[in-house]
Amino acid sequence: MTDQKRQELEALALRVREHIVRLSTDGGCFTGASLSCADLLVYLYADCLNVHSDNLQDPTRDYLFLSKGHDVPALYGTFVELGFLDKERLARHLSTDDHIYWHPNRNVPGVEFHSGSLGHLPSVALGVALDCRMHGQDNKVIVITGDGELNEGSVWEALLVASAHQVNNLTLVVDRNQFQANVATEDLIPLEPLAPKFEAFGCAVRRIDGHNFNQLEEAFSALPFSGTKPSVIICDTVRGRGLPSIEARADRWFCNFSAEEVEELLQELHGETPVALRSETLTVR
Amino acid sequence: MTYEELIKQTALADDRLVVMTAENRALIRNLPAVLGPRFIDTGITEQTLIGAAAGLALRGRIPVVHALATFLTLRAFEFVRTDVGIAGLPVKLSGFVPGFLSDGNGPTHQAIEDVSLMRGIPGMTVFAPADEADMLAMLPAIWASPAPAYVRINTRPATYEHAPFEMGKAEIVAEGTDITILTYGMLFEQTLVARELLQAQGKSVGLINLRSLKPVDEAALLEVARRGSLIVTVEDHFITGGLYSILAEVLLRNQLTARVLPLALEERWYRPGRLSAVLEHEGFTGQHIAQRIATALGENGSTISAGPAVLENQFAE
Repeated sequence: MTDQKRQELEALALRVREHIVRLSTDGGCFTGASLSCADLLVYLYADCLNVHSDNLQDPTRDYLFLSKGHDVPALYGTFVELGFLDKERLARHLSTDDHIYWHPNRNVPGVEFHSGSLGHLPSVALGVALDCRMHGQDNKVIVITGDGELNEGSVWEALLVASAHQVNNLTLVVDRNQFQANVATEDLIPLEPLAPKFEAFGCAVRRIDGHNFNQLEEAFSALPFSGTKPSVIICDTVRGRGLPSIEARADRWFCNFSAEEVEELLQELHGETPVALRSETLTVR
Repeated sequence: MTYEELIKQTALADDRLVVMTAENRALIRNLPAVLGPRFIDTGITEQTLIGAAAGLALRGRIPVVHALATFLTLRAFEFVRTDVGIAGLPVKLSGFVPGFLSDGNGPTHQAIEDVSLMRGIPGMTVFAPADEADMLAMLPAIWASPAPAYVRINTRPATYEHAPFEMGKAEIVAEGTDITILTYGMLFEQTLVARELLQAQGKSVGLINLRSLKPVDEAALLEVARRGSLIVTVEDHFITGGLYSILAEVLLRNQLTARVLPLALEERWYRPGRLSAVLEHEGFTGQHIAQRIATALGENGSTISAGPAVLENQFAE
């Protein structure tokens, strides 16, 4: 990747993070989980996938399924920046006059399928990948899960079936930000060693730094990793990435900041001193 | 024509149709060779089966999905509700050995809340054919509809020549002034026997094969209620959420009431055994149904004789 390209993606990701912070008030959203996968979504939509605002109905487009639906602010921020979605709609976050709420839905152009209940989209994406293969298409079918989401047996069930059917046009990407809702994954349901688990389920696995655009490009441009196996990319990420005041904190899963805090956090995104947060953390789960 | 022949014929004429199964192949053993990649067996994975069916439907396919009725509606319930239901996708669920048809399996396999669960999903349609002929008559319309559907698969041979199927319409087998029996699915053949037995006692007995539980034929139910005879609902389902509940909902919505005798499973699973033994034990043979109705009318049902022997079930699972 050229330096110029990387700088463009970094600038884009910064604007997406600004959207996430702006959505983290007046009812709030899942800020930490959104910030961890912002770079991944920016890279995929801006530089990797064949899916654009003008080919959203084309059956040969690449598909991205966001199974960890609570990171939807990162998706919508990316959609606004890339022209899928009118910016004005984000101002209607949590208004019943629109469909911009805490989980993705197909009333928003670019959303391939609704999610929110964890562990569903690996199997939905499997069905899409099977159909693409039946049509002789070579488009990519990507499904992004959280790491806490890997607690759900249905993720592993879908991988078992995908391996059995040699669905190598399916790629599962894990946003490995080390946290489930309230606690570190390794303190509740340890996932490591993670790559060998996927390998044991018949997948071809790579593990990268999910905030490094060079590594993202290197991994995704090598897809499919195998002629017969589903691919898995584990992206090591940081929950809350970009905001040191909430980074890697178990108590900042769902954030509802005050208007003043949002303004301070926007400065923090641009390198200013971390904010001393005053708002309380909501308990969602 | 068999179920397998119908699905084969339909799939060969319409390449949108894909056949999926969670390793339940009893009725579709010959289809892999005919359909190739359009036959997808996901193994014993009802959740993945439904999720993948939703994905295929998203791409324009019409998946006809097979699993035992209990695992299809219970194990995968959230996937049916969330992936098929919320998206309103044309996934067609074929539930095998529903109700009393899982005779010897025991409570783990008894799909006797399936109608209640499936009809609770917005947009889902629910069908329960009386026998194989009734089922083959309705499946083309069900598969052609854009709605998601759940069908209680029933391949028992017909003992009655059915009228053509019309979506949302019940089959009025007979009208009666003393009693009207409402039923669906495999118990239809027993209610047919019960009707004969009661007619022989001098009763005027109506009989309606519901066929479709959602959409339900409200007009037919209201007409029966307005007639003022005893209404008997007969179902191999928990009393909650099935036909008795549907009738109550329709009547209340129309500010009507009626004298209703519900014959259903109340707060318990049924005793497993061979089908004939199950119907005997649970009181759902034609003779038992007729006797229970006579008793409800304050009459002595002990003179009502036995009907023909119950044909045993062909499938274990």
